[in-house]
Amino acid sequence: MNRFWNEYQKAIADDHYFYERSCIRQTFFPGSETAFLRMLREELNKDIFDDFRQHTCTGIGYHTDVVPLETTMTVVARLFSLMTEHGYENYVPSCVTSFGVFTEMCHMWQEHPELLEKTRENLYKACKREFNIPKNIAHPSDVIYHFRNELAQKMKYRLVNRFTGRPLKVVEHIGCHYAKIFPDKGVGKAEFPYVLAGMIEAWGGEVVDYPERRHCCGFGFRQYLVQENRGYSVSNTKKKLESMEPYEPDFIVSNCPGCSMFLDRWQYTIAEMEHKTYDREGYGIPVLTYEEMAGLLLGYDPWELGLQIHQVQAERLLDKIGIPYDPKAKYRAADGKILRAPEKPENLLV
Amino acid sequence: MKKVAIIGAGPAGIEAASVLARNGIEVTLFEKSETPLKNIQDKAFLFPNFQAAQEIADDLSGKLLADGITTVFGVEITDLKWQGTEWKLIDSKEQTYVADAVLVATGYQVFDAHRKEELGYGIYKGVITSLDMEQMIKHGKILNANGDEPKRVTFLQCVGSRDEKSGNHYCSKICCVTAVKQAIEVRKQLPKCEASVFYMDLRMWGQGFEEMYRTAQEKYGVSFVRGRISEAAATFDGRVQLKSEDTLMGLPLKMTTDLLVLMVGMEASCGTKTLGQACGISGDYGFIKTVAPHLYDNDTGKPGLFAAGTCKRPMSIWDSVNDARAAAIAIKDYVDSLPQ
Repeated sequence: MNRFWNEYQKAIADDHYFYERSCIRQTFFPGSETAFLRMLREELNKDIFDDFRQHTCTGIGYHTDVVPLETTMTVVARLFSLMTEHGYENYVPSCVTSFGVFTEMCHMWQEHPELLEKTRENLYKACKREFNIPKNIAHPSDVIYHFRNELAQKMKYRLVNRFTGRPLKVVEHIGCHYAKIFPDKGVGKAEFPYVLAGMIEAWGGEVVDYPERRHCCGFGFRQYLVQENRGYSVSNTKKKLESMEPYEPDFIVSNCPGCSMFLDRWQYTIAEMEHKTYDREGYGIPVLTYEEMAGLLLGYDPWELGLQIHQVQAERLLDKIGIPYDPKAKYRAADGKILRAPEKPENLLV
Repeated sequence: MKKVAIIGAGPAGIEAASVLARNGIEVTLFEKSETPLKNIQDKAFLFPNFQAAQEIADDLSGKLLADGITTVFGVEITDLKWQGTEWKLIDSKEQTYVADAVLVATGYQVFDAHRKEELGYGIYKGVITSLDMEQMIKHGKILNANGDEPKRVTFLQCVGSRDEKSGNHYCSKICCVTAVKQAIEVRKQLPKCEASVFYMDLRMWGQGFEEMYRTAQEKYGVSFVRGRISEAAATFDGRVQLKSEDTLMGLPLKMTTDLLVLMVGMEASCGTKTLGQACGISGDYGFIKTVAPHLYDNDTGKPGLFAAGTCKRPMSIWDSVNDARAAAIAIKDYVDSLPQ
């Protein structure tokens, strides 16, 4: 990998994190957040606090102009007040848009102290709470990147095709709100972020640098949230998939809930619309979160990680890496009941 | 005999040294590199008459042989101190020299294209700078990343100049005509290769420039696209994909090219910035500040301290040489006014 990709390194706290969950990730990728907490606590022996009273950061509402700035600031302040109450200073928001929102609010407070004072006043009026601004805000992908070599020591598998012995070819996609708002808040900055590339390299894989690497995943908030714009959303995803296709990637990994969602689900949509898939065999390109990627290599059960919830199914990837799985347990619920398998799509093989 | 120290052996420093020596002044010419005229030596042909850069370098080097010029190469002057009647020059090894007057001619350096990350310099082999292209032209080997003759070469103007993102708001003045010159050279050496220039506006300010621009289009078929390139990326076959907007057509544009040539602008050299700060004569963007642009453009406002050439702002070789001659006259007037 080119040295410029990892030239810029941001500050990432070493321990004692306050974790903030995402509104949508627990639905889209139900095992990812749990896997992150498990890795921090069990693999790395780190202290991370997960408060059940947490709530939205308003990110989607904020970026679609539904929630006014003053409200977002106050909501963010309440989340920080939970961190303050528990004596933490290092804030780790699960969602990349939350990460962008928190970073942006802190920046605005720094540049405009009167807004900070107003926010403190609003929070106190609303719920009699007070807060400190975190000393360090890191996205969980930053934290995993920070400990990528320590985790590599504990991993049972590597990103290597066991049939050929060659590194798996991995497309990494970084959420816009990770470094495009404040380039210095992202590892490697905005144009060539290294946060996921660093994990892929440390764990034996090969990063695919394809022409539309920096293009939008297709979510783009309004492109999807306004129903009439969804064709635009699919078109953008299609542009990326077409661009990466010649490189024959083994899978895609992303650090943003929206990106992972749309790069995965729109493969089904495009297959239905155009009978087109972007792998040779017609199964599509699997899309993982970075926690799923790390969890799989650490030997966590693929179904506990929630891979069965994805649109593009991961068994062929698991076979390439040599990760065992129980096909019968794929749709087993927590209470042991076997759930009905979902309907199979017509044009995307599963 | 009065002594003048000149810092920087580029066109301005050498020309001023030559004029002063011919007027009976003892000159010591300092240069941090081991050889003079490095920036000219890097070039192939010079606009607008396509004269070989080596001829100009040889001509200027010949002037160093004149009586009264002492050259001190491989020594970097890092500080200047006014002693009341003379200047003390201090080099990086703490050695000192004295002179009645000093001419700062520390020149420029090109913008580091790595700073424009989105254009992929240093990451994609097909992305090069105008300096790299100059070397290819000089050696008659214009090759793409795979070592083959390119089918399409694209030039991008204003890389590191007139660019708020990189912090350089000023125009580098010579890049427009340099791109036209290089595009013509590409077409001369590789007649089957397409050449395009992406520009904001073309500033053909010098004599013969506008004619050259016209010749590039009429005789050599160079195409000019008004638009900046927002992003470069490598394609599967090792070419470079560009995203831009053709602002005349009002259309977004995506194309592939074999070579993307970044026309890197001029910045104050490290030596210029160091001395400017040390003497309190540092101006905008680290260039040397002079008293007044119209009539006192070589005076720094400090007694016996003068400046010439691209340490003041971007300029062409001929502007630098003329500016150096003006500085030499100002210096001669100054030393003549000193008590014997």
